[in-house]
Amino acid sequence: MLTLFGDPTVWLPIVFAGLMGLSILIYVVLDGYDLGVGLLSAVATPEEKDRMIASIGPFWDANETWLVLAVGLLLVAFPIAHGQILSTLYIPVVLMLVGLILRGVSFEFRAKVRVEQKRLWNRSFFAGSLMTSLAQGYMLGLYVMGLEQTLGTLAFAGLTAICLSAGYGFIGACWLIWRTEGELQRKAVAWAQRLLLLVVLGIFAVSLATPLVSPRIFDKWFSVPEILLLAPLPLVSGLTVAGLWWGLRRMPARRDAFCWAPFAAAMGLFLLAFAGLAYSFYPYVVPERLTIYEAASAPESLLIILIGTLFVLPVILGYSILSYWIFRGKARALTYD
Amino acid sequence: MDLDPVTLARIQFAANISFHILFPTITIALGWVLLGFKLAYRRSGDEKWMEAYRFWVKVFALSFAMGVVSGITMSFQFGTNWPGFMETVGNVAGPLLAYEVITAFFLEAVFIGIMLFGTRRVPNWLHTLATFLVAVGTTMSAFWILALNSWMHTPDGFELRDGVVHATDWLAIIFNPSFPYRLTHMLLASGLTVAFLIAGLSAFRWLLGERTAALRATLRVGLTMAAVLIPIQIFVGDLHGLNTLEHQPQKVAAMEGNWETRSGVPLLLFALPDEEARENRFEIGIPYGASLILKHDPQGVVPGLNDFVGEHPPVAPVFFAFRVMVGVGLLMLAVSWAGVWLTRRGREPHPWLLRGLVGMTFSGWIATLAGWYVTEIGRQPWLVDGVLRTADAVSSVAAPIIAGSLTLYLAVYGLLLAAYVGVLLHLARKAARGEGLGPSPDPAGRLTTVPAE
Repeated sequence: MLTLFGDPTVWLPIVFAGLMGLSILIYVVLDGYDLGVGLLSAVATPEEKDRMIASIGPFWDANETWLVLAVGLLLVAFPIAHGQILSTLYIPVVLMLVGLILRGVSFEFRAKVRVEQKRLWNRSFFAGSLMTSLAQGYMLGLYVMGLEQTLGTLAFAGLTAICLSAGYGFIGACWLIWRTEGELQRKAVAWAQRLLLLVVLGIFAVSLATPLVSPRIFDKWFSVPEILLLAPLPLVSGLTVAGLWWGLRRMPARRDAFCWAPFAAAMGLFLLAFAGLAYSFYPYVVPERLTIYEAASAPESLLIILIGTLFVLPVILGYSILSYWIFRGKARALTYD
Repeated sequence: MDLDPVTLARIQFAANISFHILFPTITIALGWVLLGFKLAYRRSGDEKWMEAYRFWVKVFALSFAMGVVSGITMSFQFGTNWPGFMETVGNVAGPLLAYEVITAFFLEAVFIGIMLFGTRRVPNWLHTLATFLVAVGTTMSAFWILALNSWMHTPDGFELRDGVVHATDWLAIIFNPSFPYRLTHMLLASGLTVAFLIAGLSAFRWLLGERTAALRATLRVGLTMAAVLIPIQIFVGDLHGLNTLEHQPQKVAAMEGNWETRSGVPLLLFALPDEEARENRFEIGIPYGASLILKHDPQGVVPGLNDFVGEHPPVAPVFFAFRVMVGVGLLMLAVSWAGVWLTRRGREPHPWLLRGLVGMTFSGWIATLAGWYVTEIGRQPWLVDGVLRTADAVSSVAAPIIAGSLTLYLAVYGLLLAAYVGVLLHLARKAARGEGLGPSPDPAGRLTTVPAE
């Protein structure tokens, strides 16, 4: 089986880079919306907070598992890269982890403590979501800058920290448009409209910075025929943004028609941005330093993971879909019922 | 102790994993107990089992969340602090960790949502199935992580090529020599931790004046579980020790505080091991005890630390942690058997028994942590026995940065632990006042609902 598709030291790293990319993308979309809901909770009333958290309650745990899978795949498939990237990003990683801990436990604590303490856990839920989003955006920025740490790259990472958080807030607002109704839904529409501007700014900043930082990436985009083949990527992104801009102003529609559409469009936007990044950085896993081929584990170990993954991934997708189907529709009060 | 990066990284990893293990230790067994409550209700139709379920599912949900978030930290620690671990043994550790994620983490993460919030939305059989699958998930997770941990103690099924471990036999890797003992020992530890948690919180509610049928049932369940599991645990622990003697004699020598290989070694009840002088002070022991236990012969030769100079773990922490674990275990035996006897045939429990149980609510945590310290410190100076030294796996992150992150983690963990215990007591007080255990209003008229708060 190892040589069935040619040289395993060539195809296995590609397959695993693909799986890792897929996990990161699913993570950013799924945990993106629930982190975003956490960010938006800061500007909601107490009753709205309950409803917002009820909308993500059954999902957040599984959403975060995609991060564990993504980091796990980096760890097992590209162990050297895992060490290099994570020890360079040591401080933001620690802040992100503390953020994830705070928000994860706040879900439970806020519902179980005495009423007086509930506000405290609401705050820590927001603080944890904010720490996580900022840290992830900061890491994205530094990664785009080739993991170099100068005053300029740190400033850029600061910008991406804000923009990714805005992106999470945006997809979170789109989730709320889909999953809530009434006054909260109207508020979510307003949030989404405002945050869309920051999202566009963030996508612009990363799209401009990436080719400017690396001549290799510049050539990958701006030579013929690549530029023509890649043109649909920015064009479709632009159309999606325009569609969102147009559509959000007409939300919520009569009989709540198309309430799912902003979330779908936001997912599309995330997918397009991610595809651009993936194209830019391939075949590097540590930018300009280490390719996926150099960093990959031994083929026999990768193969045994792949076999397991091929069997289990469809099952995971299956019961994840089951879960979304069971908890479909507008959010209701969160009960252990 | 000077705080070099290796020491700091070890303290940080120890802090993270010590905090983390507290919660899986509860959820592994509590998942099965909850399933038991559900099945008992289905069989008997007695509402007390649903009341028990409603209380303990809250404890489960909280513990599960604590376990998940502290577990995410673990998956990053390998890269941030121990890059040498994956660079050397990644070909073995990688697949085992990957199988844990894909077979256990997703299963439990998805079905916990259905288990906690789905009763009104899914048929009862599906809810019971979800409860079952969450329990399976937590146990599978223990299976894989203990396979990896055991492999680090007794590595097998691999070969070294250019200093890097390559897998040759996966069955030998997973079912390595210490794995069956360690897994059984840990699963029983989880059962005992939950048994004493249930008995302890139930006793606490009793002392507050609650006398419901559900409370009587859970008190009895906790005590019976403890009384049944503890002798099995002592037996399995002995087997585990013999297995360690075979594969890691230096660890057993440190556990026994035995400095010289000799026959007729006493079982030390207390001593102060002196690493400098390589001898014990203030020894109190049972003559021939260690030889008898380890070799089943009073004249049996027990390996001593003199055979492993410079290659054995620090003696005092292993020696004392072992005594804490065994001491708590013996206390568990005494209390649980006394408890079962004193509550036989529906007798009212004596207040002193109840106070004792309240005092032992978290005794499982203490024994579990002490046991893990024995085995993990006992593996030093190796990270993977005979393959990779701990000092060779550490990252180049500077000591002050690790000190900073360690301080932050410790502060967060301290606060969360206090909040966790506080919420458990709060839930118990609420239950004792009769609040929050009845079914919440359900339009469908079913009796199986409970609000999340």
